[in-house]
Order: sequence, then structure tokens, then C-alpha cells
Amino acid sequence: MQMQTDLLQEARRQAEICNACRYCEGYCSVFPALHAERAFSDGDLTQLANLCHNCRGCYYACQYTAPHEFDLNLPQALANVRQDSWEELAFPRAAGKAFQKNGVLIAVASVIGFALLFWAARVLASVGGEGFYAVLSHNAMVAIFLPAFLFPLVSIAVSLRRYWRHIDAGPFRPAHLIAALRQAASMKNLKGGHGDGCNFEDEDRFTHARRAVHQAVMYGFLLCFAATSVATVMHYMLDMPAPYRLFSVPKLLGISGGLLLVVGCFEMIRLKLRSDRTLGAAGAFGGEVAFIGLLGFTGFSGLALYAFGQTAATPTLLAVHLGAVLAFFLLAPFTKMAHGFYRLTALTADAGRSRK
Amino acid sequence: MTSPDIAIIGGGNAALCAAITAAEAGARVLILETAPKPYRGGNSRHTRNFRCMHHGPLGPLVDSYTEEEYLADLIKVTGGKTDEGLARLAIRTSEECLPWMEEHGVRFQPSLSGTLSLARTNAFFLGGGKSLVNAYYLTAEKLGVQVEYEAAVTHLELDDDRVTRVDYTRHGQTHTITPKAVVVASGGFQADTDWLARAWGPAAKNFLIRGTPYNRGVVLADLLDQGVEQVGDPTQCHAVAIDGRAPKFDGGIVTRLDCVPFSIVVNKDAQRFYDEGEDVWPKRYAIWGRLVAAQPEQVGYVIIDAKSLELFMPSVFPPIQADTLEDLAEKMGLPADALVQTVSAFNDACGDTSGFHPTELDGVTTTGLTPPKTNWARPITEPPFYGYSLRTGVTFTYLGLKVDETAQCAIGNRPVTNLWAAGETMAGSILGQGYLAGFGMTIGTVFGRIAGKEAAAHANAN
Ligand SMILES: Cc1cc2nc3c(=O)[nH]c(=O)nc-3n(C[C@H](O)[C@H](O)[C@H](O)COP(=O)(O)OP(=O)(O)OC[C@H]3O[C@@H](n4cnc5c(N)ncnc54)[C@H](O)[C@@H]3O)c2cc1C
Ligand code: SF4
Ligand code: SF4
Repeated sequence: MQMQTDLLQEARRQAEICNACRYCEGYCSVFPALHAERAFSDGDLTQLANLCHNCRGCYYACQYTAPHEFDLNLPQALANVRQDSWEELAFPRAAGKAFQKNGVLIAVASVIGFALLFWAARVLASVGGEGFYAVLSHNAMVAIFLPAFLFPLVSIAVSLRRYWRHIDAGPFRPAHLIAALRQAASMKNLKGGHGDGCNFEDEDRFTHARRAVHQAVMYGFLLCFAATSVATVMHYMLDMPAPYRLFSVPKLLGISGGLLLVVGCFEMIRLKLRSDRTLGAAGAFGGEVAFIGLLGFTGFSGLALYAFGQTAATPTLLAVHLGAVLAFFLLAPFTKMAHGFYRLTALTADAGRSRK
Repeated sequence: MTSPDIAIIGGGNAALCAAITAAEAGARVLILETAPKPYRGGNSRHTRNFRCMHHGPLGPLVDSYTEEEYLADLIKVTGGKTDEGLARLAIRTSEECLPWMEEHGVRFQPSLSGTLSLARTNAFFLGGGKSLVNAYYLTAEKLGVQVEYEAAVTHLELDDDRVTRVDYTRHGQTHTITPKAVVVASGGFQADTDWLARAWGPAAKNFLIRGTPYNRGVVLADLLDQGVEQVGDPTQCHAVAIDGRAPKFDGGIVTRLDCVPFSIVVNKDAQRFYDEGEDVWPKRYAIWGRLVAAQPEQVGYVIIDAKSLELFMPSVFPPIQADTLEDLAEKMGLPADALVQTVSAFNDACGDTSGFHPTELDGVTTTGLTPPKTNWARPITEPPFYGYSLRTGVTFTYLGLKVDETAQCAIGNRPVTNLWAAGETMAGSILGQGYLAGFGMTIGTVFGRIAGKEAAAHANAN
């Protein structure tokens, strides 16, 4: 693996200063892990970078930020290494390189997704299907989405394995994964160590905005995902094919999830626009915003489909929504979406470290 | 601008505590801070904890720490040069400071790794002093306190026992305001190395200043020149031995070196000059500032070998490394023969090292060597060899304004009716010499709040 040595070297320089200082120890999981080392290998730095969630507490608290000659900007240094690690560890690597930082390419991929679905709807339209299946036959949907769902899983699994080796994390223990999941579910670290939140959008003022918005996006996404899973089970195991009524489990999950996702993504972009970009990864801003836009749009088009599902607009809406879903899934390993998997892996490895 | 009720000179901990307290009492407050915004907060931005009396667990503090124990600790380090009345006032009030600080935005964290010995006595700020300063500025802003950065106060006009005018310059322009009351919280004079050199002799030019370059004692000198009462001795300062490669100013905590007890320390002639193992490092690092200051060119060199490298907290600069002592000497600019001789004389004087214990006084000592090394004396034999240079790092000076228990300044045995002082600039009223870790922030918080309250009462009444 070929991570950028200049980024690693800068993170190493800063980590060594932090290690002599330790004032930020209570902010997040990065510092206890950092203070446990005396020298930092590339793997150590990659792990620290993926433990950091860019709350910026340590930047505003630091007495060594520019114009001081030590020029500390740990959130930025770690963001750069983190971004680079996602690109380098991606499988296939070229896709990571192409999409992670490139908002335009993400948009292009989404449009291709739409086009593909329109084409499929034209060519593969079924004759006898009902509801959505009148637009696109069930078999056609499966033929498109099963690989689109499996591919990102395989890709991410390969990447996480590479990550685990790169950071030299030792044997995997389920108990550590459970500890990590627990932390992630409450986003403990986003509270900033003191419960006042993080310093994201308003300089050194602590707020809970980012944590709240991130929760909305994550739970919104999970609810939508649950809606699809429940519908799949109903379809295959209970012999209850779509469409479903408003007061059905998939619809209730889908609507609440979709709303959370749309509001969450919209607010997340607003927060990002207000934040200081020099504390994030260089050049990643466009890619991040485009990804959040795509995620929010997926939720939005899903809601629109619920609202106008029985009208003449259905074929168009369905193609747009499924196109967005398709693009989202295929891009997942190569966009900001991947961060959730890396972060969980990093927390798992950290639980292993701290229990040693 | 229209004159405020109260002008506060300085923008560190003492100034902010005064400003917040005065604003809460209803006064219109202006902070004049000479530093630009990124460097606001003086030495306070470099701190990590404050020492706090407490009965039973309080915030991050465990057990209890009584007034008598606190005072005894203080008297020990100052060799009795302590104003007991003011010291007791500071100690007693420290207990209510901790919740007050939390209410005003400061957050604490458990004792940092490597500082467990302080878990009972010192409350650590989450994020360190700069986050404390940030929190106070946010609180002050909410209370309507005005802040002018890059506002360097040059003169306080005294008319008999009253300050009638405050002059300051900002962006090259001179301004004058006529507040009803003034609080001086502008620190010591250590950043003015000419002044240090006048007090200490030319050696002081080689000292490094651990904290802010903005505490140049301008207001202190101005007031002392006009006859405001002084306390403390200009030659007294708190100085420690730090990494010789540290920047001239603002190097802060990361430049400290904890390896002396496991080393031998030589001067530029490669000669040892003091017992490196006299006591555990936290109790000795302050005297090493003076020891190094007394050596030629005010520099020392720490020499350790491979087996000691991991026994102390890492510092910001990596050590100089070589496979032989000769190479190390060359890299560090020391006479190689002399260094080899000093090390072998030391090694020969080492005895049984089986009792070596890095965190306790282990009595592993040299015999027949002057100066001896009375603990942790292990021969320096295992390559690679490592070296650090040591210089004197000044933390703060003691010369200051004499205040009473209401933090009020005096002139010719009478109070100056509308002048108060808080923090480093009056710390000499309490400590004549020596220093107890975490007491600087205690003095600033306690007397800052008193000064703010008194100044507001005065302003509200006039
Ligand atoms: C590296 C380091 C670590 C330390 N760690 C600790 C610790 O952990 N705990 C502890 O208790 N103490 C510590 N101290 C000591 C502590 O910093 C001081 O005791 C304390 O900060 C003093 O607060 P203050 O408000 O009086 O002064 P400062 O915080 O120094 O504030 C003085 C202010 O006055 C301003 N000023 C100066 N001249 C003028 C002028 N002419 N016009 C306008 N403004 C002016 C300065 O810019 C500054 O803002 C440490 C000191 C250093 C250097
Ligand atoms: S970010 Fe700055 S204040 Fe925080 S630990 Fe690192 S050097 Fe210290
Ligand atoms: S930005 Fe936040 S999460 Fe990242 S290292 Fe700093 S304090 Fe920790």
C-alpha cells in the first residue's frame, strides 16, 4: 500500500507534539490511543486518523495553531491521512481515487444511474406486472440490484481487511466490535468529551448541531434500509408483494427514514458550508457535499415516489429514485459512505488496544 | 469610543475572571488586550490545571485536600516567604472557584496520563488553558463585555490616589479613555529581556521565555514609576530547565524535558555540575533553571543511553543520537575527550544497580564522585547514546503590585481608590519566591473575581 508520505509525515510531526503536550486527552478516543505510543508507524497514524471524527475541539483548544511556528492543525492533518487511507484501501483502488474527492464524478455517476434505469424501464418493462412492477419487472429489478448490493459489500469487506492488516490490529474479537457498536450508536465521541458537543460550524463555540444532524442522517438511512429489507422479507417469505398500504411496516419505516434523511442531509450540507474548510481534508469538500446531496436526493425521490406512486408520474419517479439508489450503492465504497465502516473498524481495534 | 465603567488591562485568566464578575454586577466593561486575537490569553493559554482545596471529591478531584495541607505545601516551596493571610484567602476561596469556573464554561478532565500524582490537588482543564480562555471570552461576550485586541496600554494617569485616564495604542493610533475603575491584570515582565538583563545580568539574554511574548511589564513599570506600591524582588523569577531548541517565546509545555534524573548533565566543557538524582523531577525541575543559568553560556547537555530512553515522557524535539560518545559529543558541539572522560569517571563510580526504580528515590548512588548522583545512578554504557541541550526557561517574574485582601493597589500607605490588580502582576503579594504547581491560576481566579467585584461596586456607586 502506497499512502502519501508527506501527509503521513505531517501527521507524525503533529502527533509527536501532542504526545509531549497531552492537554486534549479528554476530548476523544484519538488522544488516549496516541499517548499509548512513543513512535508512530504509518499504520498507527492511519488508525488515529480513522478514530478522529473531525470535531475540531483540539484545534480551537490548541495553543500551537498558526501563526505559532509549531503550526498545529491536528483535525486537518488527520483528515488528510484518513482521506488518503480511504482512497488507497479502496477496492478497486482506482475507483476510490476517482470518486472520493470528486463531486462532479459523483453527479455524473448518478445521472448515468438514472439513464440506465430509464433505459431498463423502456426495454425491460413487463407486461403483466402490478404497481412498480408494471414499470420494471421484478426479475429485472433483482437482476440489477442484487449485484449492485453485493458488490459494495464485497468491496468494503476487502478494504476493511486491508485496513486491519495495515494498522496491525491483531486478532479480531466480537466483544470489541460490540463495544464499538455501542459507542457508534450514541455517537459518544461527537459529544466532545464534556457533553457540550463539537466546534464544527461556529468557531470555538460548542454545539450539538453536528451530532444531531449526523444522527438524523444515520438513523434515516438505517430506517430506509430497514424498510427495503422488511419489504424483501415480506415479498419472498410471506408472499406479500408490493405495493404496500400507508400503514404497513415498510411504508412507515420508509417515510420516517426518508424524512430524517432529507432533513439530515440538508442540514449537514448547511453546517458544512458554514464550517472552516481548512480544518478538513484538502480538496475533499466537493466530494463530500456531492455524496450527501446524492444521499439526501435518494431519500427525497423515495418520498416523492410514495406521494405520487399511483399517478402518471410513477415511471419517471421510479426510474429517478432507483437510479439514485443504484448510484448510491455502487459508489458507497468510494465515497464518504465508506467512513462509517472504517470508523467502526477503528473503534473495534481501539477497544482491543485499550483492553490489552 | 465612549468610556466604559471599568477598563481591564490584559486578556488572560485574571482579566477574564474580573471582567465576567464585574459585568455580572451590572458594570459596562472593556477588556484591553495587547495581543492579537489568535494569541489572546497571555500565559493562561499555556496552563493545564489549577490547584484547588476541597472537602471530599469535587469535579475531577479525588479524596480531599485541606486548607492546612495546601498551606503547608505552599510554605514548603516558598521557604516561608508567604503572606499567610492572602495565601489562606486564595486557598479557601479556591474551593468555590471550581463550580464557578464550570458555570462560566470551563470544562475539566481527569488528571492527564503521566500526572497521576496531581489527581488529588490539581483540576485539569479539558483542552488546556486556551480552551479555558476561549470559554471565558464567549461568556464575557454574552454578558456584553467589549474586547479590543491589539490594544497596548501604555500609561495610567494617576492624580494623587486616583487613576484619571488610561492611554493605549491600537493599530498605530493613540486612544484615551476615562473609566471609573481600572483592573490591572497584565502579567509579569519576563518577556522584556532587557529588563530581565538589568535585574539578572547579561546572562538573561540567553534565557528562553516559556510563555507569551506580550507580558513586557509596560503597565507595571508605569505604575511603579508613579509610586504605586511594589512587592517582590526583580531578580526573582520562576525558571525551569527546558529543551535548548525551544523557540525564544511561547514554547509552552511541550519543551519540558523529564530525563534529567536518568542522565548525567554536563556544561559546555563536558563537566558535571550538580547531583542529577537529588529528588524526583517534579520537585527539582525548577532549581535546574537556575543551575543551567549559572553555567557558561547558560547551557547544559543531558546525556543518556539506550536503556533510559523510554523512562520519561517524550518531548517535542527528538534527542540527538549517536552510536559512540565521541560522535555524540561532536554532534552536540562538546569536547569529545572531556565527555568520554566525564562519562567513564561517572561509570566507574556507579555501584550495584539492581535496586534501580525509575519512579521512586531508589538510593542507587555513585561513590567517591563529586558532585555525586544520589539516585538512579546507572552507568551510561549502552549505545545508541542520546543527548538533549538544556536552557533556562522563564515562566514568570515575581516583581509586582502590592495589594490587600480586596485586591486593591496602594500608594504611600493609602489605597488607590479606583485601581485593583489580579493575577501574575500581584502574585508577589502572596509568594515571595518558589512556586507550587497550579497556584498561578488559583491566584488569578480568586483575585480576578475579587477585583471585578470591588471595581464594579466602586463603579456602580460613582
Ligand atoms: C508554559 C506555562 C505553563 C503554565 N502552567 C500552569 C498551570 O498548569 N497551572 C497554573 O496555575 N499556572 C501555570 N502557569 C502560570 C500561569 O500561566 C500564570 O500564573 C497565569 O496564567 C497568570 O494569569 P494572568 O491573567 O495574571 O496573566 P496572563 O494570562 O499572562 O495574562 C496577561 C495578559 O495581559 C496582556 N498584556 C500584557 N501587557 C499588556 C498591555 N500593556 N496592555 C494590554 N494588555 C497587556 C497579555 O497580552 C495577556 O493577555 C504556566 C505558565 C507557563 C508559561
Ligand atoms: S492539539 Fe495542541 S493542545 Fe491539543 S494535545 Fe495537541 S498540541 Fe496539545
Ligand atoms: S478533531 Fe476532534 S475527534 Fe479529531 S482529534 Fe481533534 S478532538 Fe479528536
